[in-house]
Parts: sequence; C-alpha cells; structure tokens
Amino acid sequence: MLTTLLIFFPLAAALLIFVLKSKYSHVIALTAACAELIISAVAVYQFKTGGSELLRANYQWIAQIGLSYFVDMDGISLLLVLLTTGLVPFIILSSFGRSFSKPSTFYGLILVMQMALVGVFVAQDGLLFYLFWEVALIPIYFICLIWGGENRGKITFKFFVYTLAGSLLMLIALIYLYLHTPGVHSFDADALYAAGASLSYPEQSLIFWFLFAAFAVKMPVFPFHTWQPDTYSVAPTQGTMLLSGIMLKMGIYGVIRWLIPVVPAGVITWGLTAVLISVIGIIYASCIAIVQKDFKRLIAYSSIAHVGLIAAGLFTLSTTGLQGAMIQMISHGIVVVGMFFIIDVVYDRTKTTALANLGGIRNVAPQLATAFVIVLLGSVALPLTSGFIGEFLLINSVFQYHQWLGVAAGLTIILGAVYMLRTFQKSMSGETNSLTASFTDLTWNEKAVLYPLALLIILIGVYPAPILAISEPAVAKLLELYSPITAIR
Amino acid sequence: MVSIKILTLLIPALPLAGFLLVALNVKRLSHGVASFIACGSVLLSFIAAVTIFSQLLGFPEGSRLITVHLFSWIKAGNFDASMALLIDPLTSIFLLIITGVGFLIHVYSIGYMHDDTGFNRFFSYLNLFVFFMLLLVMGSNYLVMFIGWEGVGLCSYLLIGFWFKNQAYNDAANKAFIMNRIGDLGLLLGIFLIFINFRSLNFTDVASMAPAASTGTLTIITILLFIGAMGKSAQIPLYTWLPDAMAGPTPVSALIHAATMVTAGIYMIARNNVIYTLSPISMNLVMIVGLATALFAATIALKQNDIKKVLAYSTVSQLGLMFLALGLGAFTAGIFHMATHAFFKALLFLGAGSVIHALSGEQDMRSMGGLRKYLPVTFATFLIGVLAISGIPPFAGFFSKDEILANAYAHNPILWGVALLASLLTVFYMFRLLYLTFFGDVRASHHVMSHIHESPKSITVPLICLGVLSLVGGFIGVPEALGGSHWLNEYLSPVFAQAATLSESHHHLDHSTEYTLMAVVIGFTVLVIIAAYVKYVKRKHVPVADAQLSGPSKILANKYYIDEIYNTLIVKPLYWLSNVLDVFVERMGIDFIVNIFGSSVPEGGKITRLTQSGSIGYYIFLMVIGIVLIVTYTLIG
Repeated sequence: MLTTLLIFFPLAAALLIFVLKSKYSHVIALTAACAELIISAVAVYQFKTGGSELLRANYQWIAQIGLSYFVDMDGISLLLVLLTTGLVPFIILSSFGRSFSKPSTFYGLILVMQMALVGVFVAQDGLLFYLFWEVALIPIYFICLIWGGENRGKITFKFFVYTLAGSLLMLIALIYLYLHTPGVHSFDADALYAAGASLSYPEQSLIFWFLFAAFAVKMPVFPFHTWQPDTYSVAPTQGTMLLSGIMLKMGIYGVIRWLIPVVPAGVITWGLTAVLISVIGIIYASCIAIVQKDFKRLIAYSSIAHVGLIAAGLFTLSTTGLQGAMIQMISHGIVVVGMFFIIDVVYDRTKTTALANLGGIRNVAPQLATAFVIVLLGSVALPLTSGFIGEFLLINSVFQYHQWLGVAAGLTIILGAVYMLRTFQKSMSGETNSLTASFTDLTWNEKAVLYPLALLIILIGVYPAPILAISEPAVAKLLELYSPITAIR
Repeated sequence: MVSIKILTLLIPALPLAGFLLVALNVKRLSHGVASFIACGSVLLSFIAAVTIFSQLLGFPEGSRLITVHLFSWIKAGNFDASMALLIDPLTSIFLLIITGVGFLIHVYSIGYMHDDTGFNRFFSYLNLFVFFMLLLVMGSNYLVMFIGWEGVGLCSYLLIGFWFKNQAYNDAANKAFIMNRIGDLGLLLGIFLIFINFRSLNFTDVASMAPAASTGTLTIITILLFIGAMGKSAQIPLYTWLPDAMAGPTPVSALIHAATMVTAGIYMIARNNVIYTLSPISMNLVMIVGLATALFAATIALKQNDIKKVLAYSTVSQLGLMFLALGLGAFTAGIFHMATHAFFKALLFLGAGSVIHALSGEQDMRSMGGLRKYLPVTFATFLIGVLAISGIPPFAGFFSKDEILANAYAHNPILWGVALLASLLTVFYMFRLLYLTFFGDVRASHHVMSHIHESPKSITVPLICLGVLSLVGGFIGVPEALGGSHWLNEYLSPVFAQAATLSESHHHLDHSTEYTLMAVVIGFTVLVIIAAYVKYVKRKHVPVADAQLSGPSKILANKYYIDEIYNTLIVKPLYWLSNVLDVFVERMGIDFIVNIFGSSVPEGGKITRLTQSGSIGYYIFLMVIGIVLIVTYTLIG
C-alpha cells in the first residue's frame, strides 16, 4: 500500500499541476516532493520496525501474459527510493529563482519522472519493471527537448534512440526468460530467476550480454557512454540532475536486481570481462575529464568514471562490492547533484561554463567556494566524506577480486584529484576577471540546496552505518546464490 | 578510567571544536576572538596531552595503553573498521609535539598573519590540521590513521594555496595534493592487503599475527605502506612537492611542512615496526631511500638562495636521516630525531619567517645580510637552531643525530660515511644561510631597511620557547656513553619490544668507539663551519645570479632538473594520452561508430521506403512471390 502510494502520489501531484497551470506550480511541486519524502520516511520506519509486508502489493494485471502489478521493497529498493525521494525536492528547489517557459509542464514532468523512477526501483515483475523503465524515458526526453540548450533536438534524439535500443535488448531478454519460466508463464521476478538458472550456458551468456548492454547504456559504462556528455551538457540543470543523480542508478539497480540473480552462470563467466570493461572505463573517462575545457562536460566524464567503479564493484559479487555500490550510489547522487548545481549557479551569473572564462570566484563568493570544496572532497573520496566510504569498499572489492585490476581502479583516487583540483583552480581561484568580478554569492534558496547536500556528504562519511545496515540483509540474500562459488574462490 | 577516556577524546575534539567555531563564524568573529579560540583549543589539547602523558608515566611499564572505542565506522560483510583511538608511549610523544609545537606556532601566527584579510580562515585551517594530525597518530587501526593521513593532506593543500589569488601557489597546492595521493594509493593498497591477510585492521592484531605471515606478503605490504610514507614525508621519488609547498605562509611551513605532517611517514613505520622488522628487504629499502634522500636533498640545499627553500630541502634531508634510522631498526633514534627536529626546524622556519616579516616579504638571501644587529632576538634564537641542526653538543640535534650515526656505523661504516657526508653538507648550508642572512654587509634596499623592525612579542616568545627546547630537547636521550640513561629509549621500549626480539642482530658499539666517532664528527663539523665562515664572512661571498651559474652549481641550483624530468616523463604524456583519447578514440572512434549506427536507421528507412511504391501491380507481384515461397517451404519442410 505504502509502496503504491509512493509510486502514484507524484503522478497525482503532476496531474494536479498540469490541470491547475498555477503560477505557484513550483511551490506545489516542492510541497508534493516533500510529502513524498515523508511517505518514504514512513516506509523506512515500517521497514525498520518489521512492518515490511505493508510495503508489498501484488495484483494480477493481465493474466494472459502473466503480468502482475507486483511491487515490494527490500533494503536495496528502499535505499534507491530514498535517494529518489530525497533528491527530487532539491532538484525542484534548485530551479527556484531561475526563469523559464511553461513552468507547470516542467514541474509536472519532473514529478512524472519521479513516479517512473520509484516504479523502476520497486517493481518485482519483469514486465512491470520494463514498463516503468520506458515510461521514465518520456518525461526526461521532453524536459531535455523543451528546456535544453543549443543543438538539443539532435542530441536528445540520439539519447532517446540510444537508450531505447538498449531497452529493446532488455525486452528481448525478458521475453526469452518469460518463455522459459516453469509452469504457467509469468514475469514474476522469482519465476524469471528460475527460468534464467535453468537455461543452458550459451543461452545464459547471450542473456547476460543483452541485459548488460541495456543497463550499461543507461549508467553509462564505457564504451556505451557517448550519448551521455552531450546530453548532460545540453539538458537543463534539473534534467541533468535527474539523469545523473537518479536515472543512471536505474542501470546499476538493473544489474543488481535483473542481471546478477537472473543468469548466474553467465555472470560468473563474464564477470571478469565486465569488471575489466568497467575499470578501463574508469581510467578512460578520468583521462578525458582531465582535458575537458567545459565545466559541465568535465563533470559528465567524471560521472562516467565514478559509475565505472560502481559497475566494477557489482561484478565482484562480494558483499563489500555490492555494499560499496549501494552507498556509492547514494553518495554519487548527492555529489553530482551538488556539482551540477554549482555549475548552474556559475552559469546563472556568468552565462558560461567554459573554464577558461572563469576564475577568481572565491574572492567574491566564498560561500559558493566553500560548498564547492565540500562537494569536491566528496567527489575525490576524502575520508569522512560519503565518497570515501563507497570508493574504499569498491576499490577494496575489486582489489580482492583481481589485484592488478584493483590497482588500476585505484588510480581513480589520483586522477580524480587531478581533474577536480584543476577545475576548482580554474573556476574559483586566481584573480577575478570581467565575467566573475560582479559574481554574487549564494542566495537563500541556493543555500537551501547546497548546504544540506554538503552536510549530507559529511554526515554519511562520518557515520555510514544506518545506510549500510538498510541494504545489508538484501545484499546478503542476493549473494547467497553465489556463496558456493565465492567460497571456492 | 572514565576521566582518562574523556581526556583522550578531548585531545582531538578540542581543535575540531575550535575549527567548527571559527569556520562557521568566519565573517562574524573578530581577529582577536578567532585567534583566542584557535590558540586556546590547542593549548587545552596540549594540557590534556600532558595530563595523559603524566598518567601514562604513573602506570606500570607494560600497561601504558589507553584505547577508546567510539563506534563501528565502516562495516560490510566481514569487513569491519571502528572509529577507535589509542594512546601508547609512541603516540603520546607525538601528541606532545603536535599540540605543544602546534600551540607555539598558533601564537606565532597571531603576529605573523595580523594584517591578512584571511586571518580567521587561516586559523580555522590550522585547527583543522591539528585535529587531523592528532587523529593520524591516535587511530587504533589503519583506517582511522588513513583519515588523519588524508585529512592533513587536505589541510596542507588548503594552506599552501592559502593566498589563492596567486595561481603559482595554487599549482604548488595541487602538486602537493596529487603527489600525496600517489603515495596514498600505495598506502591504501597496503591496507587492503593487510586486511586480506590478517582479517583485521587493528594495529595490535596485525602486530601479534605478523610473525605467522609469509615474508613475501609482509614485504609487499611494507613496501606499499612505504610508498605512502614517501609521499607524505617527501622522500625520493615523491619529494618534489615539499619545496614548492613553501608557497604557503611561513607558520604553515613550520608546523605542517617541518614539525608534524611530514613526520607522518616516520610515525607510520615506527607504528608498524613489527611487520617492517619481519621483512628485511623493506627495511633495506627504507634505509637506502632515506640515506639517498638525505644526501641528495642536502646537495640541492647548498645552492638555493631562497631562505625557505634551503630549509625545505633541509627538511627533506633530515627526514631522510630519520628513515635511515628506521631502516636500520633504530626506531627510537628515528623518533628521537623526529622530536628534536620538530623543535629546531620549527624554530628555524619561524626565525626565517621573522626575517621575512622584518624585510617586508623578502625571501632571497642575496638581498639580506647583516641583520643580527637589527633582529637580535631572531638572530639569537636562529643561531641556537643552526647549532642544533648542525649537531653541536649539547644542543638537541647532537644527541639524536649522533645516535643515528652510531647505529649506521654499527651496521656498516660505509653507511656512516655517507650519512656523515650528508650531515656535514647540512652544517655547511645552514651556516651559509646564517652568514648570508645575519652577517656581512646589509644588502637589502634602503627602502626595506627603513621599515626593518624586530618582530612583536607574539613572534619572539614562541621563538624563545623553541630555542630553549632546541637547547635542552636532546637531554631526553643522553646515551650511556655520556653518562645518561636515555630516558626516551626506556619510555618507548614497550612499543618496540617485539621488534627488538625479532631482529636478528644486535649491534652494539663499545664506549671508546662511540667517543671516537663523536670526536671525528665534531672535528669535521668545526672544520666545515670554519670553511663556511671564511667563504661567506671573511671573503664576503654572495651567490651570483642564477643566469651566471655553470657546471655542477647550475645543476644543483636547478635541483637536478627533477621537476622538468617529471614533467616530461609523466605530466606531459598523461595530457598527451588524454588528448589522444578525447580526440581520436572518443570523438573520431567510438562516437563516430555510434553515429553511423544511428544514421543507418533513417538511411535504412529510405531504402525500405523504396518498396512502398504505391503501384498495386507491384504489391500483387510481391504477394504472389511470398505465397509461392511459403507453399514451397511447407512442402519441402
């Protein structure tokens, strides 16, 4: 019941906003997002106090094709729902004080997006998952198309087609699995797991690659990433935040829920390859980030590097890797939303994101610079920031999985410092120039976005235990499937 | 016991509270209040450290250990690291130095930074630094140590680039952080390996399980840890950030880049004495790298003209001597030299700062000279510092350096010879510095000299305190040969007891050899001082402009071109690779292929559209062909 409410409350709010077309759309949207956050807090309470059956709902929807409306939350789902409901208020708030056309459509679409994201994270039925997955593409497509920057038509089209192509592979894999479900065919997660495990080894390999490609495009992982820097750059700030803060976690979540438990033989066989690709992606994207001249593109590439590390950790099939991935998803969401907001503030004042045109902002906007430093530290994984917990566990897991790949993955802590410090220096340090001399420091609503995010980065870094505790049982359950194999290793 | 645990917590908590108070009110607080909070918090922390130290002395020797478990920090599966603190004799020595010297430098900063607009920000960073440094030496496991380790790196970065309008300073800050990160990756990998092999990250667990581990594993672990030490403690090949770090305000150079942070590597190896002792290869590596760095940096210091650069290379060199001691298994000697070095090097940096302050920011010694008349207190204390670092008895440096040299001799006289050479070079460049700065003719411009003044009390009082410490600090380790009992050795012996029993050989020199060595060292030292006196005071030699240099002098003045070599071998190739990846692989490679696939969709559409000609006859024709094919397939299949 609660889970259903979490899915459809934002949709109801979105419809209300569409219908009212009020000039207070932004306030309604923020209120709805905060209410949604409270609902998710209740869900956490239920989960913690053993009322988790209240989070489950299972109704047959179209019996003929075995589709059910089956939603539930374990710790993994709950954390991602919490990430979604936690970030959306900040994303909405970040648009306050900026002027743009058709605000009611804009906020409505954000809330539709939230509905789809929550749906993706709670669906326990393969087809339902797929439906939410595709629905999520529609609002973000329009957000980028209507409010995007230069060249948005072409870039958004590429993004749309690319991710749709990936999803198609997933649909094929899901149908293939569905046809192999025992008894009456169904898209129920457990049925699909059973189907996957029953497949022959070549079939499992094929399904592995179909699903991997679909999820890799979404994250994105090298070499499926080239839609991402353009899209992140051209999308409006809130669109970029939705894409990088939450939507890419759909891909990671997909691997956890719809790949790792589905084709165990495929995962074991191709795990090393997947880790290798991911680690190459870390170094590749970090290097490219070093030479980026545009602030936004640079952060886009840094995001590819960070996500690459998460992907590598997933395929180590270890508790440290998966727990690291969970907390790093939270951390990355907070850090990247903070980072894109800092870029938005800079763009708002100077109308540029070219690093060469910036500089000296620290002199005139110390509050922005301080917030930047904290977000940056989260990004470069300094201990006592949220980024460290995730990266430590992830690099640790990759190192235990394969020592040389662990060393290569560890290079991220050096390369990350190289490009982030360079960015900070180019944008914030030095003398002011004609563009930055009249830079005004953070306004109240900008502080209301950045300060809580900065505080969260530190709080999670100092005391990550509550977050780790939420997902620990679910991760342990997931890995039970592999315990005979990992025990041998 | 409750009170001692609270006291333990207070030591790092006070500077942290000071940081938060100042940082969150950086705009609201007056300079006076901000510096009062910052200095007060470190002073209280020092008092707590002294109290704990005296309590430890009251405990029986074997049980001088305080642990405080705060909470479980990172837990995932079988991995579990706690936020937990530990104080033992080794940590307590560091605590006294960090908070004691740290307090003096805080006080000094009040005078030194008084007209800086970033005054409050400066003090907040200093407090944050002290917090992280304390955490570094108080962590009871590798991960808490790592928090401090990276945290001090952050503060170092923030303080080197404190005057952030100057992009050269920002470059220096970035360089420091990135080079340290290279070392930190080594340390991190070492920590992973420790966990894989011991299933624990607690220092005590690892030390007790280490003898059962294979030597090969321990060797790899200790080498990885040492890479971390190379970064943080500026050893070959990761030392080049430290001289550049002099871009920071001088109190920072004294506190972070001389007395405390750069000794983190010394602490870490001393803390890991058991696993190091069990891997002779690593011990030799530490010894060789330390000795090489000591000599190498000392030669560079000979030809530097920036007063802070000389001291920076001197620090690199002295740290090398400490590593030499550790590599020889003389852990106490390394810690002893760390302590005396903290006194005299902080003194020298602060003295240099006082000179710079008096000369309106001048750092080039060629524009100094004859300052002893104008800056009597600075001169007197600086002289003590120079005598201490040169190892003149009974100044602090004499005892600690002598102990290292004696250990080197016992191990191998060649080591002793090289170490002696390094320390004689030290004597030379330090007296060169002293003479060029305080003796001879006044070479500063008339304008500068019209502003010259002895520094205020907040600067001179810390100088005097450190001067006293540099004078008497060595008495904590007077060797038996000189009628002492070497208190420090006694005090630290429980920490190094296990290593002492594990190490195979016990070199011991008889007293007559020790006397001979001392006499030789002192004799040479005096000769070198005379040589420097003749060159720089008698003949009034002033170093020429860099452009006129040639031969070896030019190479030394240019620091063996190591920065240029690193630039060519590492930095430029990295940028080249990045550009190649960006232009050729990313845009002309992967994205190009993706776009071909993408455009194949509309292109393919164009082709398939041709079949939709609109002619009914054509459609019927296709239909017939289709039916024929189906029928044929059914019949044959």
